[in-house]
Amino acid sequence: MGMTIAQKILATKAGLSTAVPGEIVEAYPDLVMSHTATWRSVSVMNKIGATTLFDPDRLAIVLDHISPAKSEKNAADQQVSRNFAKKYGVHKFYDVDSGIAHLVLMEAGHVAPGDLIVGTDSHCTIYGSLGALGTGIGYTEVTSVWITGKLWMKVPESVKIVLDGRYASGVYSKDLMLYLIGKLGADGCNYKSVEFYGSSVSDLSVSERMTIANLAMEMGVKCVFVPPDEKTREYLKGRLQDQARYRAVYADPDARYQNEVRVDISRLEPMVACPHEVQNTKPIGEVAGRRIDQAFLGSCANAKYEDLVTAAQILKGHRVHPDVRLIITPGSKQIMLEAMNSGVLQILLESGGMVTNPGCGACAGDGGMLADGEVCLSTANRNFLGRMGSSKAQIYLSSPATLAASAIEGVISDPREFQTT
Amino acid sequence: MESIIQGRVYKFGDNINSDVIIPGRYLIYIDAERLSQHAFEVLGDDFPAKLRNYQILVAGRNFGCGSAREQAATAIRGLGINAIVASSFSRTFYRNAINDGLPIIECPDLHAAVEEGDDLRIDLAQALIFHRDRHYAFPKLPDSVRGILEMGGLAAYLKTQLTSPPRL
Repeated sequence: MGMTIAQKILATKAGLSTAVPGEIVEAYPDLVMSHTATWRSVSVMNKIGATTLFDPDRLAIVLDHISPAKSEKNAADQQVSRNFAKKYGVHKFYDVDSGIAHLVLMEAGHVAPGDLIVGTDSHCTIYGSLGALGTGIGYTEVTSVWITGKLWMKVPESVKIVLDGRYASGVYSKDLMLYLIGKLGADGCNYKSVEFYGSSVSDLSVSERMTIANLAMEMGVKCVFVPPDEKTREYLKGRLQDQARYRAVYADPDARYQNEVRVDISRLEPMVACPHEVQNTKPIGEVAGRRIDQAFLGSCANAKYEDLVTAAQILKGHRVHPDVRLIITPGSKQIMLEAMNSGVLQILLESGGMVTNPGCGACAGDGGMLADGEVCLSTANRNFLGRMGSSKAQIYLSSPATLAASAIEGVISDPREFQTT
Repeated sequence: MESIIQGRVYKFGDNINSDVIIPGRYLIYIDAERLSQHAFEVLGDDFPAKLRNYQILVAGRNFGCGSAREQAATAIRGLGINAIVASSFSRTFYRNAINDGLPIIECPDLHAAVEEGDDLRIDLAQALIFHRDRHYAFPKLPDSVRGILEMGGLAAYLKTQLTSPPRL
Protein backbone atom coordinates (compact mmCIF):
# COMPACT_ATOMS: atom_id res chain seq x y z
CA MET A 1 0.00 0.00 0.00
CA GLY A 2 1.40 3.40 -0.97
CA MET A 3 1.71 6.34 1.40
CA THR A 4 0.17 9.80 1.55
CA ILE A 5 2.31 12.90 2.03
CA ALA A 6 1.63 12.99 5.79
CA GLN A 7 2.56 9.31 6.15
CA LYS A 8 5.83 9.84 4.28
CA ILE A 9 6.90 12.94 6.19
CA LEU A 10 6.06 11.45 9.59
CA ALA A 11 7.84 8.18 8.73
CA THR A 12 10.95 10.08 7.61
CA LYS A 13 11.02 12.31 10.70
CA ALA A 14 10.59 9.26 12.95
CA GLY A 15 13.38 7.35 11.21
CA LEU A 16 10.98 4.71 9.87
CA SER A 17 10.48 3.36 6.37
CA THR A 18 6.70 3.34 6.65
CA ALA A 19 3.97 4.78 8.85
CA VAL A 20 0.32 3.79 8.75
CA PRO A 21 -2.72 5.85 9.82
CA GLY A 22 -3.48 5.41 13.52
CA GLU A 23 0.12 4.53 14.38
CA ILE A 24 1.83 6.68 16.99
CA VAL A 25 5.38 7.66 16.09
CA GLU A 26 8.09 9.70 17.80
CA ALA A 27 8.95 12.38 15.28
CA TYR A 28 11.77 14.93 15.24
CA PRO A 29 10.52 18.27 13.84
CA ASP A 30 12.80 20.39 11.64
CA LEU A 31 11.48 23.56 13.22
CA VAL A 32 9.69 24.53 16.43
CA MET A 33 7.97 27.88 16.20
CA SER A 34 6.92 29.83 19.25
CA HIS A 35 5.37 33.28 19.07
CA THR A 36 4.36 35.65 21.85
CA ALA A 37 3.79 32.50 23.93
CA THR A 38 7.57 31.91 24.09
CA TRP A 39 7.90 33.19 27.66
CA ARG A 40 5.42 30.54 28.79
CA SER A 41 7.62 27.79 27.33
CA VAL A 42 10.63 29.40 29.03
CA SER A 43 8.74 29.35 32.34
CA VAL A 44 8.13 25.59 31.95
CA MET A 45 11.82 25.10 31.23
CA ASN A 46 12.72 27.01 34.38
CA LYS A 47 10.12 25.15 36.44
CA ILE A 48 11.53 21.75 35.59
CA GLY A 49 15.13 22.91 35.82
CA ALA A 50 16.16 22.16 32.23
CA THR A 51 19.21 24.00 30.92
CA THR A 52 19.99 22.40 27.55
CA LEU A 53 18.27 22.56 24.17
CA PHE A 54 18.25 19.64 21.74
CA ASP A 55 19.29 21.96 18.90
CA PRO A 56 18.96 25.79 19.06
CA ASP A 57 19.01 25.94 15.24
CA ARG A 58 15.63 24.20 15.20
CA LEU A 59 13.97 26.96 17.21
CA ALA A 60 12.26 29.98 15.68
CA ILE A 61 10.78 32.76 17.79
CA VAL A 62 8.57 35.56 16.44
CA LEU A 63 6.93 38.12 18.74
CA ASP A 64 3.74 38.79 16.81
CA HIS A 65 0.57 38.57 18.92
CA ILE A 66 1.04 41.69 21.02
CA SER A 67 3.42 44.01 19.25
CA PRO A 68 4.79 46.28 20.53
CA ALA A 69 4.14 45.64 24.25
CA LYS A 70 0.87 47.15 25.54
CA SER A 71 1.52 46.73 29.25
CA GLU A 72 4.35 46.29 31.69
CA LYS A 73 3.49 42.59 31.87
CA ASN A 74 3.74 42.21 28.07
CA ALA A 75 7.06 44.06 28.17
CA ALA A 76 8.43 41.77 30.88
CA ASP A 77 7.22 38.64 29.04
CA GLN A 78 8.83 39.80 25.81
CA GLN A 79 12.03 40.55 27.70
CA VAL A 80 12.06 36.93 28.91
CA SER A 81 11.77 35.74 25.29
CA ARG A 82 14.55 38.05 24.05
CA ASN A 83 16.88 37.05 26.87
CA PHE A 84 16.19 33.37 26.25
CA ALA A 85 17.01 33.72 22.54
CA LYS A 86 20.29 35.48 23.36
CA LYS A 87 21.29 33.05 26.09
CA TYR A 88 20.69 29.93 24.01
CA GLY A 89 21.85 31.28 20.64
CA VAL A 90 18.48 31.12 18.91
CA HIS A 91 19.33 32.91 15.66
CA LYS A 92 15.89 32.64 14.09
CA PHE A 93 14.59 35.35 16.42
CA TYR A 94 12.23 38.01 15.07
CA ASP A 95 11.20 40.88 17.29
CA VAL A 96 7.96 42.91 17.50
CA ASP A 97 8.68 44.82 14.28
CA SER A 98 8.64 41.74 12.02
CA GLY A 99 5.05 40.62 11.55
CA ILE A 100 3.03 37.43 11.84
CA ALA A 101 5.18 34.37 12.62
CA HIS A 102 3.87 32.17 9.80
CA LEU A 103 4.43 34.75 7.08
CA VAL A 104 7.77 35.89 8.50
CA LEU A 105 9.15 32.33 8.64
CA MET A 106 8.07 31.50 5.09
CA GLU A 107 9.46 34.81 3.74
CA ALA A 108 12.77 34.19 5.51
CA GLY A 109 13.20 30.73 3.96
CA HIS A 110 12.80 28.78 7.21
CA VAL A 111 10.05 26.58 5.72
CA ALA A 112 10.90 24.05 3.01
CA PRO A 113 8.91 21.28 1.31
CA GLY A 114 9.05 18.03 3.28
CA ASP A 115 9.71 19.77 6.62
CA LEU A 116 7.91 18.85 9.82
CA ILE A 117 7.08 22.03 11.75
CA VAL A 118 5.26 22.39 15.04
CA GLY A 119 4.44 25.60 16.83
CA THR A 120 2.32 27.39 19.41
CA ASP A 121 -0.38 28.28 16.92
CA SER A 122 -3.16 26.29 15.31
CA HIS A 123 -2.61 28.02 11.96
CA CYS A 124 0.78 26.31 11.55
CA THR A 125 -1.16 24.35 8.94
CA ILE A 126 -0.28 27.25 6.58
CA TYR A 127 3.19 25.72 6.01
CA GLY A 128 1.44 23.10 3.89
CA SER A 129 1.15 25.78 1.20
CA LEU A 130 4.85 25.03 0.58
CA GLY A 131 4.52 21.26 1.03
CA ALA A 132 5.61 21.15 4.68
CA LEU A 133 3.71 19.39 7.47
CA GLY A 134 2.78 22.13 9.93
CA THR A 135 0.62 21.66 13.01
CA GLY A 136 -0.14 23.43 16.28
CA ILE A 137 0.82 22.38 19.82
CA GLY A 138 0.66 24.01 23.27
CA TYR A 139 3.46 25.87 24.99
CA THR A 140 4.43 23.06 27.40
CA GLU A 141 4.82 20.71 24.47
CA VAL A 142 7.02 23.31 22.76
CA THR A 143 9.30 23.18 25.80
CA SER A 144 9.36 19.43 25.51
CA VAL A 145 10.42 19.58 21.86
CA TRP A 146 13.03 22.25 22.68
CA ILE A 147 14.61 19.86 25.18
CA THR A 148 14.06 16.40 23.69
CA GLY A 149 13.88 17.32 19.99
CA LYS A 150 10.84 15.10 19.49
CA LEU A 151 7.15 14.56 20.18
CA TRP A 152 4.59 11.78 19.80
CA MET A 153 2.38 12.11 16.76
CA LYS A 154 -0.49 10.02 15.53
CA VAL A 155 -0.28 9.33 11.80
CA PRO A 156 -3.48 10.83 10.34
CA GLU A 157 -5.90 9.51 7.79
CA SER A 158 -5.85 11.58 4.60
CA VAL A 159 -8.54 13.28 2.55
CA LYS A 160 -8.20 14.44 -1.04
CA ILE A 161 -9.79 17.69 -2.22
CA VAL A 162 -9.79 18.11 -5.99
CA LEU A 163 -10.28 21.58 -7.47
CA ASP A 164 -11.22 22.13 -11.09
CA GLY A 165 -11.94 25.29 -13.06
CA ARG A 166 -10.96 28.90 -12.43
CA TYR A 167 -12.37 31.46 -10.05
CA ALA A 168 -14.85 33.91 -11.52
CA SER A 169 -13.89 37.58 -11.17
CA GLY A 170 -14.29 38.73 -7.54
CA VAL A 171 -13.88 35.19 -6.15
CA TYR A 172 -10.77 34.10 -4.27
CA SER A 173 -9.35 31.20 -2.26
CA LYS A 174 -10.92 32.72 0.87
CA ASP A 175 -14.33 32.18 -0.73
CA LEU A 176 -13.41 28.61 -1.67
CA MET A 177 -12.38 27.83 1.90
CA LEU A 178 -15.45 29.45 3.47
CA TYR A 179 -17.52 27.35 1.06
CA LEU A 180 -15.65 24.17 2.02
CA ILE A 181 -15.82 24.87 5.77
CA GLY A 182 -19.55 25.47 5.46
CA LYS A 183 -20.01 22.30 3.46
CA LEU A 184 -17.79 19.97 5.52
CA GLY A 185 -18.25 21.58 8.96
CA ALA A 186 -15.97 22.74 11.77
CA ASP A 187 -14.91 19.14 12.40
CA GLY A 188 -15.30 17.95 8.83
CA CYS A 189 -11.61 17.04 8.67
CA ASN A 190 -10.82 16.64 12.39
CA TYR A 191 -7.44 14.87 12.90
CA LYS A 192 -7.11 14.49 9.12
CA SER A 193 -4.42 15.44 6.65
CA VAL A 194 -5.88 17.13 3.58
CA GLU A 195 -4.13 17.12 0.19
CA PHE A 196 -5.22 19.55 -2.53
CA TYR A 197 -5.15 18.44 -6.17
CA GLY A 198 -6.82 19.24 -9.47
CA SER A 199 -6.30 21.39 -12.53
CA SER A 200 -6.94 24.63 -10.60
CA VAL A 201 -4.10 24.21 -8.15
CA SER A 202 -1.25 24.99 -10.55
CA ASP A 203 -2.98 28.30 -11.41
CA LEU A 204 -3.12 29.40 -7.79
CA SER A 205 -0.41 31.76 -6.55
CA VAL A 206 1.57 30.79 -3.44
CA SER A 207 -0.28 33.58 -1.61
CA GLU A 208 -3.66 32.01 -2.47
CA ARG A 209 -2.31 28.60 -1.41
CA MET A 210 -1.35 30.10 1.93
CA THR A 211 -4.95 31.23 2.42
CA ILE A 212 -6.15 27.69 1.63
CA ALA A 213 -3.74 25.99 4.02
CA ASN A 214 -4.45 28.54 6.74
CA LEU A 215 -8.26 28.33 6.60
CA ALA A 216 -8.26 24.53 6.41
CA MET A 217 -7.57 24.59 10.15
CA GLU A 218 -11.17 25.72 10.59
CA MET A 219 -12.30 22.26 9.38
CA GLY A 220 -10.19 20.74 12.16
CA VAL A 221 -7.32 19.46 10.03
CA LYS A 222 -4.08 18.24 11.53
CA CYS A 223 -2.19 19.34 8.44
CA VAL A 224 -2.68 20.34 4.81
CA PHE A 225 -0.65 19.93 1.66
CA VAL A 226 -0.51 21.72 -1.64
CA PRO A 227 2.01 19.49 -3.44
CA PRO A 228 5.07 21.57 -4.42
CA ASP A 229 5.41 22.64 -8.06
CA GLU A 230 7.19 25.27 -10.14
CA LYS A 231 5.40 28.08 -8.28
CA THR A 232 6.67 26.68 -4.97
CA ARG A 233 10.21 26.48 -6.33
CA GLU A 234 9.97 30.01 -7.68
CA TYR A 235 8.75 31.35 -4.31
CA LEU A 236 11.58 29.65 -2.44
CA LYS A 237 14.29 30.67 -4.89
CA GLY A 238 16.53 33.12 -3.10
CA ARG A 239 14.77 32.38 0.20
CA LEU A 240 16.12 28.93 1.10
CA GLN A 241 19.73 29.39 2.16
CA ASP A 242 20.52 25.86 1.10
CA GLN A 243 18.70 24.49 -1.96
CA ALA A 244 19.33 20.96 -0.68
CA ARG A 245 16.59 21.70 1.86
CA TYR A 246 14.07 21.58 -1.00
CA ARG A 247 12.89 17.99 -0.52
CA ALA A 248 9.47 17.83 -2.13
CA VAL A 249 7.37 14.92 -0.90
CA TYR A 250 4.56 13.52 -3.05
CA ALA A 251 1.95 10.88 -2.36
CA ASP A 252 2.30 7.44 -3.95
CA PRO A 253 -0.15 6.72 -6.80
CA ASP A 254 -1.72 3.94 -4.72
CA ALA A 255 -1.92 5.94 -1.47
CA ARG A 256 -5.17 5.45 0.44
CA TYR A 257 -7.56 8.33 1.06
CA GLN A 258 -10.52 8.16 3.39
CA ASN A 259 -12.61 10.24 1.01
CA GLU A 260 -12.43 12.63 -1.89
CA VAL A 261 -14.20 15.96 -2.31
CA ARG A 262 -14.44 17.63 -5.74
CA VAL A 263 -15.18 21.31 -6.25
CA ASP A 264 -15.71 23.16 -9.53
CA ILE A 265 -14.33 26.48 -8.35
CA SER A 266 -15.68 28.36 -11.38
CA ARG A 267 -19.17 28.03 -9.85
CA LEU A 268 -18.23 29.67 -6.53
CA GLU A 269 -19.54 33.05 -5.42
CA PRO A 270 -18.09 35.43 -2.82
CA MET A 271 -18.84 33.88 0.59
CA VAL A 272 -19.23 35.31 4.08
CA ALA A 273 -18.94 33.51 7.44
CA CYS A 274 -21.58 34.78 9.86
CA PRO A 275 -21.36 34.99 13.67
CA HIS A 276 -20.23 33.10 15.72
CA GLU A 277 -18.77 30.09 13.90
CA VAL A 278 -16.67 29.91 10.75
CA GLN A 279 -18.84 27.06 9.44
CA ASN A 280 -21.83 29.41 9.42
CA THR A 281 -21.19 30.48 5.83
CA LYS A 282 -23.52 32.06 3.31
CA PRO A 283 -23.24 33.32 -0.27
CA ILE A 284 -22.81 37.09 -0.37
CA GLY A 285 -26.34 37.63 -1.68
CA GLU A 286 -27.84 36.37 1.57
CA VAL A 287 -25.91 38.76 3.82
CA ALA A 288 -25.39 41.82 1.61
CA GLY A 289 -26.77 44.99 3.16
CA ARG A 290 -25.86 44.30 6.76
CA ARG A 291 -24.34 47.36 8.45
CA ILE A 292 -20.70 47.25 9.58
CA ASP A 293 -18.85 49.48 12.04
CA GLN A 294 -15.35 48.16 11.49
CA ALA A 295 -13.52 46.47 8.64
CA PHE A 296 -10.31 44.62 9.51
CA LEU A 297 -7.91 43.74 6.71
CA GLY A 298 -5.35 41.60 8.50
CA SER A 299 -4.26 38.18 9.86
CA CYS A 300 -2.19 35.26 8.61
CA ALA A 301 -5.13 34.28 6.39
CA ASN A 302 -5.43 37.44 4.30
CA ALA A 303 -2.95 40.26 4.94
CA LYS A 304 -0.37 39.22 2.36
CA TYR A 305 0.81 41.58 -0.35
CA GLU A 306 -1.63 40.22 -2.92
CA ASP A 307 -4.47 40.72 -0.44
CA LEU A 308 -3.54 44.36 0.08
CA VAL A 309 -3.36 44.85 -3.69
CA THR A 310 -6.81 43.29 -4.14
CA ALA A 311 -8.29 45.66 -1.55
CA ALA A 312 -6.47 48.67 -2.98
CA GLN A 313 -7.74 47.96 -6.50
CA ILE A 314 -11.29 48.26 -5.22
CA LEU A 315 -10.67 51.17 -2.85
CA LYS A 316 -8.80 53.29 -5.42
CA GLY A 317 -10.83 56.36 -6.25
CA HIS A 318 -13.34 55.64 -3.48
CA ARG A 319 -13.76 56.73 0.13
CA VAL A 320 -14.32 54.47 3.11
CA HIS A 321 -17.86 55.02 4.43
CA PRO A 322 -17.84 57.68 7.20
CA ASP A 323 -19.38 55.24 9.72
CA VAL A 324 -16.74 52.56 9.10
CA ARG A 325 -13.26 52.24 10.62
CA LEU A 326 -11.03 50.44 8.12
CA ILE A 327 -8.05 48.95 9.96
CA ILE A 328 -5.26 47.51 7.81
CA THR A 329 -2.58 45.44 9.51
CA PRO A 330 -0.03 44.17 6.97
CA GLY A 331 1.06 40.59 7.62
CA SER A 332 4.75 41.38 7.82
CA LYS A 333 7.29 44.15 7.51
CA GLN A 334 8.31 42.80 4.09
CA ILE A 335 4.71 43.02 2.93
CA MET A 336 4.38 46.54 4.32
CA LEU A 337 7.57 47.63 2.54
CA GLU A 338 6.38 46.16 -0.72
CA ALA A 339 3.03 47.90 -0.32
CA MET A 340 4.79 51.16 0.46
CA ASN A 341 7.10 50.97 -2.54
CA SER A 342 4.32 50.08 -4.97
CA GLY A 343 1.97 52.80 -3.77
CA VAL A 344 -0.60 50.35 -2.41
CA LEU A 345 -0.20 51.71 1.10
CA GLN A 346 -0.89 55.22 -0.15
CA ILE A 347 -4.13 54.12 -1.81
CA LEU A 348 -5.25 52.38 1.37
CA LEU A 349 -4.47 55.46 3.48
CA GLU A 350 -5.96 57.98 1.05
CA SER A 351 -9.19 56.00 0.81
CA GLY A 352 -9.69 56.57 4.53
CA GLY A 353 -8.12 53.43 6.00
CA MET A 354 -5.67 53.40 8.88
CA VAL A 355 -2.54 51.27 8.66
CA THR A 356 -1.06 49.73 11.81
CA ASN A 357 2.31 48.09 12.34
CA PRO A 358 2.59 44.51 11.05
CA GLY A 359 1.54 41.65 13.34
CA CYS A 360 -1.55 39.73 14.43
CA GLY A 361 -3.30 42.91 15.54
CA ALA A 362 -7.08 42.95 15.91
CA CYS A 363 -7.46 39.25 14.93
CA ALA A 364 -5.94 38.34 18.28
CA GLY A 365 -7.63 41.20 20.12
CA ASP A 366 -4.53 43.43 20.04
CA GLY A 367 -6.11 46.79 19.16
CA GLY A 368 -9.29 47.22 17.14
CA MET A 369 -11.55 45.88 19.90
CA LEU A 370 -15.32 45.96 19.43
CA ALA A 371 -17.96 47.56 21.69
CA ASP A 372 -21.37 46.09 22.57
CA GLY A 373 -23.58 45.81 19.50
CA GLU A 374 -20.82 46.59 16.99
CA VAL A 375 -20.32 44.63 13.80
CA CYS A 376 -16.92 43.88 12.25
CA LEU A 377 -16.18 42.44 8.84
CA SER A 378 -12.75 40.81 8.94
CA THR A 379 -10.43 38.99 6.55
CA ALA A 380 -9.18 36.83 9.45
CA ASN A 381 -9.91 33.15 10.00
CA ARG A 382 -12.09 33.22 13.14
CA ASN A 383 -15.34 34.94 14.11
CA PHE A 384 -15.81 33.32 17.52
CA LEU A 385 -17.92 34.94 20.22
CA GLY A 386 -15.92 37.60 22.07
CA ARG A 387 -12.76 37.12 20.03
CA MET A 388 -12.41 40.83 19.19
CA GLY A 389 -13.74 42.34 22.41
CA SER A 390 -17.37 42.49 23.52
CA SER A 391 -19.33 39.24 23.56
CA LYS A 392 -22.24 41.37 22.35
CA ALA A 393 -20.36 42.24 19.15
CA GLN A 394 -20.59 40.34 15.87
CA ILE A 395 -17.78 39.28 13.53
CA TYR A 396 -18.26 38.35 9.88
CA LEU A 397 -15.43 36.94 7.71
CA SER A 398 -14.78 37.54 4.02
CA SER A 399 -12.15 37.94 1.33
CA PRO A 400 -10.16 41.20 1.05
CA ALA A 401 -12.23 42.12 -2.05
CA THR A 402 -15.56 41.77 -0.22
CA LEU A 403 -14.06 43.65 2.72
CA ALA A 404 -12.95 46.58 0.54
CA ALA A 405 -16.32 46.84 -1.22
CA SER A 406 -18.11 46.70 2.14
CA ALA A 407 -15.86 49.35 3.70
CA ILE A 408 -16.86 51.74 0.93
CA GLU A 409 -20.59 51.01 1.18
CA GLY A 410 -20.81 50.77 4.97
CA VAL A 411 -22.73 47.51 4.58
CA ILE A 412 -21.65 44.02 3.51
CA SER A 413 -21.36 44.32 -0.26
CA ASP A 414 -20.65 42.18 -3.32
CA PRO A 415 -17.18 43.00 -4.72
CA ARG A 416 -18.31 41.97 -8.20
CA GLU A 417 -20.25 45.23 -8.35
CA PHE A 418 -16.99 47.17 -8.23
CA GLN A 419 -14.99 47.73 -11.38
CA THR A 420 -11.36 47.17 -10.41
CA THR A 421 -8.67 49.35 -11.94
CA MET B 1 -4.20 11.20 39.10
CA GLU B 2 -6.99 9.12 40.62
CA SER B 3 -8.24 6.13 38.67
CA ILE B 4 -11.85 6.78 39.75
CA ILE B 5 -13.39 10.16 38.95
CA GLN B 6 -16.86 10.94 40.27
CA GLY B 7 -19.05 14.00 40.09
CA ARG B 8 -21.94 16.03 38.71
CA VAL B 9 -22.19 16.76 35.02
CA TYR B 10 -22.45 20.09 33.23
CA LYS B 11 -23.42 19.56 29.61
CA PHE B 12 -22.27 21.47 26.51
CA GLY B 13 -23.22 21.08 22.83
CA ASP B 14 -21.02 20.77 19.73
CA ASN B 15 -18.04 22.88 18.62
CA ILE B 16 -17.25 24.65 21.89
CA ASN B 17 -14.20 26.63 20.76
CA SER B 18 -11.16 27.64 22.77
CA ASP B 19 -11.94 31.37 22.40
CA VAL B 20 -15.18 30.70 24.31
CA ILE B 21 -13.33 28.60 26.88
CA ILE B 22 -10.77 31.34 27.52
CA PRO B 23 -10.71 34.59 25.50
CA GLY B 24 -7.37 35.59 23.98
CA ARG B 25 -6.96 38.64 26.17
CA TYR B 26 -6.34 36.40 29.21
CA LEU B 27 -3.57 34.36 27.59
CA ILE B 28 -1.09 36.65 29.30
CA TYR B 29 -1.74 34.40 32.33
CA ILE B 30 -0.82 30.73 32.80
CA ASP B 31 -2.01 30.21 36.37
CA ALA B 32 -4.99 27.82 36.59
CA GLU B 33 -6.90 29.70 39.30
CA ARG B 34 -6.51 33.08 37.61
CA LEU B 35 -7.49 31.72 34.17
CA SER B 36 -10.52 29.94 35.63
CA GLN B 37 -11.96 33.29 36.78
CA HIS B 38 -12.57 34.09 33.10
CA ALA B 39 -13.37 30.62 31.73
CA PHE B 40 -16.51 30.61 29.55
CA GLU B 41 -17.31 34.19 30.65
CA VAL B 42 -18.49 35.15 27.16
CA LEU B 43 -21.44 32.77 27.61
CA GLY B 44 -23.11 35.06 30.15
CA ASP B 45 -22.91 36.73 33.52
CA ASP B 46 -23.48 33.50 35.48
CA PHE B 47 -20.31 32.01 33.97
CA PRO B 48 -17.88 30.81 35.16
CA ALA B 49 -19.34 30.80 38.72
CA LYS B 50 -22.05 28.22 38.01
CA LEU B 51 -19.53 25.73 36.60
CA ARG B 52 -17.86 25.47 40.01
CA ASN B 53 -20.82 23.35 41.12
CA TYR B 54 -19.89 20.62 38.65
CA GLN B 55 -16.94 18.24 38.44
CA ILE B 56 -17.30 16.67 34.99
CA LEU B 57 -18.02 18.29 31.61
CA VAL B 58 -19.89 16.29 28.97
CA ALA B 59 -19.76 17.79 25.50
CA GLY B 60 -20.74 16.99 21.94
CA ARG B 61 -18.48 16.95 18.91
CA ASN B 62 -15.24 18.86 18.39
CA PHE B 63 -14.78 20.19 21.92
CA GLY B 64 -11.96 22.73 22.15
CA CYS B 65 -11.80 23.58 18.45
CA GLY B 66 -10.00 26.66 17.20
CA SER B 67 -6.90 28.14 18.77
CA ALA B 68 -4.12 25.84 20.05
CA ARG B 69 -4.01 27.80 23.34
CA GLU B 70 -3.00 25.44 26.13
CA GLN B 71 -4.71 27.69 28.67
CA ALA B 72 -8.09 26.34 27.51
CA ALA B 73 -7.29 23.11 29.33
CA THR B 74 -5.64 24.93 32.25
CA ALA B 75 -8.67 27.20 32.76
CA ILE B 76 -11.06 24.24 32.90
CA ARG B 77 -8.83 22.45 35.38
CA GLY B 78 -8.81 25.64 37.44
CA LEU B 79 -12.61 25.49 37.70
CA GLY B 80 -12.29 22.20 39.58
CA ILE B 81 -13.36 20.09 36.63
CA ASN B 82 -11.76 16.65 36.93
CA ALA B 83 -12.59 15.16 33.51
CA ILE B 84 -14.19 15.95 30.15
CA VAL B 85 -16.18 13.36 28.24
CA ALA B 86 -16.94 14.45 24.66
CA SER B 87 -18.21 12.82 21.49
CA SER B 88 -14.96 14.09 19.95
CA PHE B 89 -12.22 16.63 20.66
CA SER B 90 -10.24 18.92 18.42
CA ARG B 91 -6.71 17.56 18.18
CA THR B 92 -4.97 20.59 19.67
CA PHE B 93 -7.25 20.57 22.74
CA TYR B 94 -6.82 16.81 23.08
CA ARG B 95 -3.04 17.13 23.28
CA ASN B 96 -3.15 20.17 25.54
CA ALA B 97 -5.49 18.46 28.01
CA ILE B 98 -3.19 15.45 28.29
CA ASN B 99 -0.17 17.71 28.63
CA ASP B 100 -1.98 19.69 31.31
CA GLY B 101 -2.97 16.57 33.27
CA LEU B 102 -6.71 16.91 32.58
CA PRO B 103 -8.33 13.52 31.81
CA ILE B 104 -10.31 13.54 28.56
CA ILE B 105 -12.43 10.73 27.26
CA GLU B 106 -13.96 10.19 23.84
CA CYS B 107 -17.34 8.49 24.19
CA PRO B 108 -19.82 9.43 21.45
CA ASP B 109 -22.71 7.46 22.97
CA LEU B 110 -22.82 9.27 26.29
CA HIS B 111 -23.81 12.79 25.19
CA ALA B 112 -27.42 12.02 24.25
CA ALA B 113 -27.98 9.94 27.42
CA VAL B 114 -26.75 12.46 29.97
CA GLU B 115 -28.55 15.47 31.45
CA GLU B 116 -27.14 18.41 33.33
CA GLY B 117 -26.75 17.59 37.02
CA ASP B 118 -26.49 13.81 36.50
CA ASP B 119 -23.92 11.89 38.48
CA LEU B 120 -21.16 10.06 36.60
CA ARG B 121 -18.46 7.69 37.73
CA ILE B 122 -15.47 7.21 35.46
CA ASP B 123 -13.10 4.29 35.97
CA LEU B 124 -9.97 5.17 34.01
CA ALA B 125 -8.22 1.87 34.70
CA GLN B 126 -11.14 -0.20 33.41
CA ALA B 127 -12.01 2.37 30.71
CA LEU B 128 -15.67 2.47 31.74
CA ILE B 129 -18.16 5.24 32.50
CA PHE B 130 -21.07 4.47 34.85
CA HIS B 131 -24.25 6.50 34.39
CA ARG B 132 -27.58 5.60 36.05
CA ASP B 133 -27.99 1.87 35.46
CA ARG B 134 -25.80 1.73 32.36
CA HIS B 135 -22.12 1.71 31.63
CA TYR B 136 -20.20 2.87 28.58
CA ALA B 137 -16.82 1.60 27.40
CA PHE B 138 -14.27 3.97 25.90
CA PRO B 139 -10.95 3.28 24.17
CA LYS B 140 -7.96 3.28 26.52
CA LEU B 141 -5.26 5.84 25.87
CA PRO B 142 -1.98 4.49 24.46
CA ASP B 143 0.45 3.64 27.29
CA SER B 144 2.91 6.40 26.39
CA VAL B 145 0.19 9.03 26.48
CA ARG B 146 -1.40 7.65 29.66
CA GLY B 147 2.00 7.90 31.32
CA ILE B 148 1.99 11.68 30.79
CA LEU B 149 -1.55 12.00 32.16
CA GLU B 150 -0.80 9.84 35.19
CA MET B 151 2.16 12.01 36.14
CA GLY B 152 -0.15 15.03 36.16
CA GLY B 153 1.01 16.46 32.86
CA LEU B 154 3.91 16.88 30.48
CA ALA B 155 6.01 19.22 32.64
CA ALA B 156 6.19 16.67 35.46
CA TYR B 157 6.85 13.88 32.98
CA LEU B 158 9.58 15.87 31.31
CA LYS B 159 11.27 16.46 34.65
CA THR B 160 11.61 12.71 35.18
CA GLN B 161 13.13 12.40 31.71
CA LEU B 162 15.81 14.95 32.58
CA THR B 163 17.15 12.78 35.37
CA SER B 164 17.58 9.76 33.09
CA PRO B 165 20.38 9.69 30.51
CA PRO B 166 19.48 11.11 27.08
CA ARG B 167 18.55 8.56 24.46
CA LEU B 168 20.42 10.17 21.61
